[in-house]
Amino acid sequence: MSAITHLQFLESEAIYILRETAAQFQKPALLFSGGKDSIVMAWLARKAFYPSKLPFPLLHVDTGHNFPEAMEYRDWFVQEIGANLTVGLVQKSIDDGRVQEEKGHNASRNKLQTVTLLDTIEEHQYDACLGGGRRDEEKARAKERFFSHRDEFGQWDPKNQRPELWNIFNGRKHFGEHFRVFPLSNWTEMDIWQYIRQENIPLPSLYFSHQRKIIERHGQLLDASTGIIPLLDEEKPKVKEMTIRFRTVGDATCTGAVESTASTIDEIVAEVAAARQTERGTRADDKRSETAMEDRKKEGYF
Amino acid sequence: MDLLVNPTESSLLRFTTAGSVDDGKSTLIGRLLYDSKSIFEDQLLAVEESSKRRGDAHVNLALLTDGLRAEREQGITIDVAYRYFATPKRKFIIADTPGHIQYTRNMVTGASTADLAIILIDARLGVIEQTMRHTYLASLLRIGHIVLAVNKMDLVNFDQAVYDKIVGDFQAFAKGLDNLPQVTPIPMSALNGDNVVDKSASTPWYTGPSLLQHLETVQVHSETAADEARFAVQWVIRPISDRKDAKLGNLHDYRGFAGRMASGTFRMGDEVLVYPSAMKSKITGIHTYEGPQPEAIPQLSYSITVADEIDTSRGGMIVKANEPAQTSQEFDAMICWFSDKKILKPRGRFHLRHTTNDVRAIVTDVLYKVNISTLEKTVESKEFHLNDIGCIRIRCASPIFFDPYSKNRTTGSFVLVDEQTNNTVAAGMIQRSVGGDDFEDPGSAI
Repeated sequence: MSAITHLQFLESEAIYILRETAAQFQKPALLFSGGKDSIVMAWLARKAFYPSKLPFPLLHVDTGHNFPEAMEYRDWFVQEIGANLTVGLVQKSIDDGRVQEEKGHNASRNKLQTVTLLDTIEEHQYDACLGGGRRDEEKARAKERFFSHRDEFGQWDPKNQRPELWNIFNGRKHFGEHFRVFPLSNWTEMDIWQYIRQENIPLPSLYFSHQRKIIERHGQLLDASTGIIPLLDEEKPKVKEMTIRFRTVGDATCTGAVESTASTIDEIVAEVAAARQTERGTRADDKRSETAMEDRKKEGYF
Repeated sequence: MDLLVNPTESSLLRFTTAGSVDDGKSTLIGRLLYDSKSIFEDQLLAVEESSKRRGDAHVNLALLTDGLRAEREQGITIDVAYRYFATPKRKFIIADTPGHIQYTRNMVTGASTADLAIILIDARLGVIEQTMRHTYLASLLRIGHIVLAVNKMDLVNFDQAVYDKIVGDFQAFAKGLDNLPQVTPIPMSALNGDNVVDKSASTPWYTGPSLLQHLETVQVHSETAADEARFAVQWVIRPISDRKDAKLGNLHDYRGFAGRMASGTFRMGDEVLVYPSAMKSKITGIHTYEGPQPEAIPQLSYSITVADEIDTSRGGMIVKANEPAQTSQEFDAMICWFSDKKILKPRGRFHLRHTTNDVRAIVTDVLYKVNISTLEKTVESKEFHLNDIGCIRIRCASPIFFDPYSKNRTTGSFVLVDEQTNNTVAAGMIQRSVGGDDFEDPGSAI
């Protein structure tokens, strides 16, 4: 017998985790951003429970700062896989006075999402949220568990994590606590792209090369065409039309583009293979400090 | 190096690394990652900057994996870090475990999913107590392959006699272990890259492969298609719908057992036993999203249907009719104790999690503990503290369906969960059922 391929292994492992999540928790939800990792995760969830429908909803924490292409895709995809969608609005958290909008031209709602996420979890009584995080993404994520325990404040305690051995995942918890579950923990960016290619998974057009008005700020290429990012007066003359694509798709205020002519999956795979920067190298949210991700995760971030 | 893994041919190798504090483990991993271009420029830049800020004499590659604030502040590794790299031939997952604090717990965790262990030896020091402990743990967890990385060969002038003596000492020791792993010794200098990726000109007397060549080609299948078929039920798929599915037809009566093949193979029509009742039935469907499959093979996930209306659900198991699993409420097991806050002793109660089962269990006796320095059995104390290893007898509230760990790593392993905190406090490897057949002892001390 020939060994299975690494993509077969990763697919089966993720399906195993998704089924464990459905079985061990009362009311899970799958965090869906419209980015490629959450798309792959939802795709795997459809496989895991086939021929049944997904036994949990997709949950979108909506910052209101979305690329229109991502929203169009979200609505199409939810229909396509026959899932239910729940939306938590950061705008509502702001209107309710739960959070305060950041000030200044680098303001981002990325951090505010945490409050909206935790409020949405509480409102719907979700006891497990499936996330598309991968250990290769960021150094704090490298220590993350598949089943990651959160206390009743939604906090992560990285020094006190449950050891995970063999294929045994411990989702026992007290009332009010919940879990984040990461079925793609062992995937790398390259695995994601190779799987998208193998499965022919449709993606938002943002991932492919296109022309866009761009402003360069602190070495990052930011969107200047949707008006979501406020421009300083002195920046306005510097906006230029560029051929770009996005390597990650998140909140528009902190998602940087890369110059690229890759317009097919094959070209993107080749580009990722040659890349000398991590994909999160384009994310402003990670650049705020050396342990920015860990700090956000401790508070309850994705 | 062409970095593109061929997705249709490349397999996966999971390995763990063990060594003492200054034997060059971080350097070795750093080199594998760097030479396979798995370290990115922004990562390297960030590590260089923070090494400089910390006043380190050279770039500290450990900072690549030690991502937590406390780790960076204290210069320690808190627990297992997983690293990934790929060559055109294979994809690799490294479970990197720290050499010092709580190393037993971390190494056991990393080893539980590894097919191969790299054990580092400083060529100047030879086989030391740590080497023997690491090798014992690898054999206890039934890692089938060990690479004995005799490192820092540059500091002993690449002397073949030094290398041969270390390999001889090691093999003499390893012979005494119960699960004798396959040992591949390699002389190395991780710092200079000798025999790491490419064969070194400094060791003309060494005829074997470089480390990476070995990792790319070594055959490891811990659970194979030829083993006894084991399929634990995770979840029952019941669409409860009158929809007609394009691949599976009418779904009204569909009842599929969802799970992953732990070992062995199922084919359509196979006679099976379905636990907990051990009722006989026949396999009528092996399904994935891609449609009906002719067979179910190890490590892949399926939904399986059987001919009869049999009562099973999560925690149940499907096996071949002529290859029954053991069924027992009480058994002996080797455990490693993980908690620094609690102590295990006789009469201790836990939740025992085994495959997809979760049952209450009580420790009925502590048979012996293993002195991790001498690897001798001791009966002086019946209490387990953090990192203690030993053999206990445990009774469950209801029977579980299992194999000895020496036969099957998936159906022979369990964890204990503390009833108050819900923390995972022990890893266990089943040896034999009490009152049942006698099986070989997978982890007895020597």
